[in-house]
Amino acid sequence: MSELVKLHYDVDGNDFAAAGEASMKIKKELRNLGFPQDIIRRIAIAVYEGEINMVIHADGGTADVSVGLDEIDITLADKGPGIPDVEKAMQKGWSTASEEVRSAGFGAGMGLPNMKKNTDEMEIETEVGVGTTIHMKVYVA
Amino acid sequence: MKIQEIVSLLNADVQSGADKLDEEVSSAFGSDMMSEVLAYVQDQGVLLTGLVNEQIVRTAAMMNMYCIIMVRGKQPTDNMKEMAEDNDLVLLTTELTMYETSGILYTNGLNPAGHSYV
Ligand SMILES: Nc1ncnc2c1ncn2[C@@H]1O[C@H](COP(=O)(O)OP(=O)(O)OP(=O)(O)O)[C@@H](O)[C@H]1O
Ligand SMILES: [Mg+2]
Repeated sequence: MSELVKLHYDVDGNDFAAAGEASMKIKKELRNLGFPQDIIRRIAIAVYEGEINMVIHADGGTADVSVGLDEIDITLADKGPGIPDVEKAMQKGWSTASEEVRSAGFGAGMGLPNMKKNTDEMEIETEVGVGTTIHMKVYVA
Repeated sequence: MKIQEIVSLLNADVQSGADKLDEEVSSAFGSDMMSEVLAYVQDQGVLLTGLVNEQIVRTAAMMNMYCIIMVRGKQPTDNMKEMAEDNDLVLLTTELTMYETSGILYTNGLNPAGHSYV
């Protein structure tokens, strides 16, 4: 894949108020690059859900985006607790979020299914005690 | 309807985006769960919420919404107001409850936002 632009962001796991800053920057970059609104919206939602997950379930992580001519690749990686049962985690409504997270407006168990819905490909690599890496692709051609 | 009409109907205070009250909006969605907003709402429009944190502004921004209405007299922080300005969002506050706000806007022709259950 020929790459036009590569973006890299660190996501702070200790700052809930700042969660979403990386997604916001990615959204602005994609707008500057001239991508259609609906593509940008899908990516913004998927990356934002993933970024929030890295803050509320892991200890922060990194977000990498590579913009190609025919697809946008997103990798979200963390060194958090990992996901013991991915199939369960992918179910709508399944969540281990704390009461604190719920009172902050998250923890409905909708994030991972929503990331899948908004992207064309999604793959989760995870190992308990090691971390989680999520790869997503959105076709733009 | 124009956002200005919403301001009048709700007797709302404009916290950010005072220059954008001429924008037209056609639908709204109300929730305190940003997870649900992100998962269900399909179109742009207005977000009604009783939640107060930075994430209501980010959620609305990610979804290209036009306007946030904070109900039940909730007040935004300065940081939230700034973020709303940066993202071209109108941020309104009203003393009315979520139910009252929804009822008034619904009966005045603001449609429910298109939604799908993922
Ligand atoms: N990066 C991660 N590290 C560890 N566990 C995770 C991670 N992402 C998700 N999970 C686990 O998968 C579950 C489901 O995630 P999902 O994003 O679908 O829902 P949620 O984050 O709990 O709630 P919502 O996304 O609706 O706010 C989480 O509750 C958590 O147990
Ligand atoms: Mg989530």
